[in-house]
Amino acid sequence: MSTTDVGTNMRSYYGRPVLKEPVWQPEIPFYFFTGGLGGASSVLSLVARWTGNDLLAQRSIQIASAADAVSPLLLISDLGRPERFLNMLRVFKVTSPMSVGSWILAYSSAASSMSAFLNTIGRLRHVAELARTASAVSGAPLAIYTATLISDTAIPVWHEARKELPFLFGSSAIASAGAAAAIAVPPPQAGPARRLAVGGVLAENVLFKLMEKRLGMVGEPYSKGEAGRFKKIAAGCTLGGAALLAGPGRRSRLAAAAGGALTLAGEVAVRWSVFKAGFQSARDPKYTVEPQRERQSARSRTAPGTGAGSV
Amino acid sequence: MSTMADPTGAPAAWPDTYGDEAKERMGFFTDTSICIGCKACEVACKEWNLVPEDGMVWTGESYDNTSTLGANSWRHVAFVEQNEPLHVDGDQPDALRWLMSSDVCKHCTHAACLDVCPTGSLFRTEYGTVVVQEDICNGCGYCVPACPFGVLDKRHIPRHSGDPPAEILGLQLGKKEDGRVWKCTLCYDRLKGGHEPACAKACPTDSIQFGPLDELRERAGQRLEKLQAENWNGARLYGHDPNDGVGGFGAFFLLLDEPEVYGLPPDPVVTTSHLAEMWKTAALATGALVVGVVAGFLGGSR
Repeated sequence: MSTTDVGTNMRSYYGRPVLKEPVWQPEIPFYFFTGGLGGASSVLSLVARWTGNDLLAQRSIQIASAADAVSPLLLISDLGRPERFLNMLRVFKVTSPMSVGSWILAYSSAASSMSAFLNTIGRLRHVAELARTASAVSGAPLAIYTATLISDTAIPVWHEARKELPFLFGSSAIASAGAAAAIAVPPPQAGPARRLAVGGVLAENVLFKLMEKRLGMVGEPYSKGEAGRFKKIAAGCTLGGAALLAGPGRRSRLAAAAGGALTLAGEVAVRWSVFKAGFQSARDPKYTVEPQRERQSARSRTAPGTGAGSV
Repeated sequence: MSTMADPTGAPAAWPDTYGDEAKERMGFFTDTSICIGCKACEVACKEWNLVPEDGMVWTGESYDNTSTLGANSWRHVAFVEQNEPLHVDGDQPDALRWLMSSDVCKHCTHAACLDVCPTGSLFRTEYGTVVVQEDICNGCGYCVPACPFGVLDKRHIPRHSGDPPAEILGLQLGKKEDGRVWKCTLCYDRLKGGHEPACAKACPTDSIQFGPLDELRERAGQRLEKLQAENWNGARLYGHDPNDGVGGFGAFFLLLDEPEVYGLPPDPVVTTSHLAEMWKTAALATGALVVGVVAGFLGGSR
């Protein structure tokens, strides 16, 4: 940055943003959470079934179906024209992660609710198992695609974080599914759930640090303002919750429930932090203009003569 | 799929999809060196397209009380007052210049809004322009942060006392909010009728020129040469190059200073140029999630 004409000398149009802030409402960060919880719980349920942990398998698919039932409601509620929600399934576009995600959610929601329903009433075992597998197949993409969705925008703090966000959202989803299952299942059968919650929390906290370090100036919004406050709450809740789950939660149902709830609250805060950072990144033109200037001067250094006279 | 490797500057899949109905690619060349800041373009656009009022404010930012493009402002005249000489030759100790520029949707060759729209509401017309179909848009808002120029926005209608309460969890009581996104259509309806867009028609100095994009690019090149020969300070073209990050604009500009001075991004890139990389990362993360969950079971059930 030292050799270029950016930095404190950056010029702008009355300090106004170049980009528009997203118009998404609070439903969206909550959906990032429920989508991650539902998707990872479906995967958790199938692996639990394979290992013969039937109680964990059953509770996880119920959690998945509950989350997958709430998710579409949140999304429809956020639309400017909710009565037109079916237009989401009018086309299938790979260039639009939202289009791809709508199809994944529709499929996953149907599969997990069918499996949970049949499992709970104890009928049509084979169909129930097939539906469980089907929902597990779409579970991981459901938990991840929301990161691709926000990466695929012009918002610097999201677009430039495209290498880390899917892994961050994945870790957060694993932690959510583990924490929820650790609340719903008695400690003797909840070992895998506790380990997933603790592992997810640790991975996510490390990833967040690495992401901010790599992004440098562009990543500032993650630790500023509302996003920064949510990030602090997230770190406190997730690490505190994980400590409870890793310690007293192994024997005490009460401690496991408290640790799980704390972890879930922290995971909601992680999504809110990422969400709010996008708004803050769009609001300040320096995050848009400075990296672009940087890119331009790097280009004209390597190919002299192309940068002058025109932009 | 956006094809950034395509150096011809033609939009993906256009005009083949239109067959015999394909038209020449049409666009705007906005020459800001002759803009007089009359705002006739803003007014003509609002009149023709029935764009609603979005509140009256005095910003104190020169003569600009529109501030930015948005759902209810499809043309926006920027005003910049500078202590800079208009020409780079000669002594001008008390130099002052007033830059004016009518901004508009860029109708990008590789349009992020169109790429990310999940309903197919945003589409490429036979003229190569980018238009929102308002009978299909469901107001998901994805195009808003996808646009590298901040052009698109959701339409809000100013609320008055006595209006019914705002929507609660999607139940739009009274349907006060429009809820959809809106932007410049390059007067698609007028083009179909063989007319030029309202803003270009109303522009008294021909600062806004409408025509086939190839012709406009040629004309802009000649105009730039002339201004440079006359030592105009900072004259440059913006968005004319098919090799830029969005494959060139369908509506490009001649500016007299850096783009960011007018509130424009200096090096815009269509976000979907990184789409393959982003899907690949998503696939890796998906695999990592499954491996992670399986790993959680390695120690048994306790």
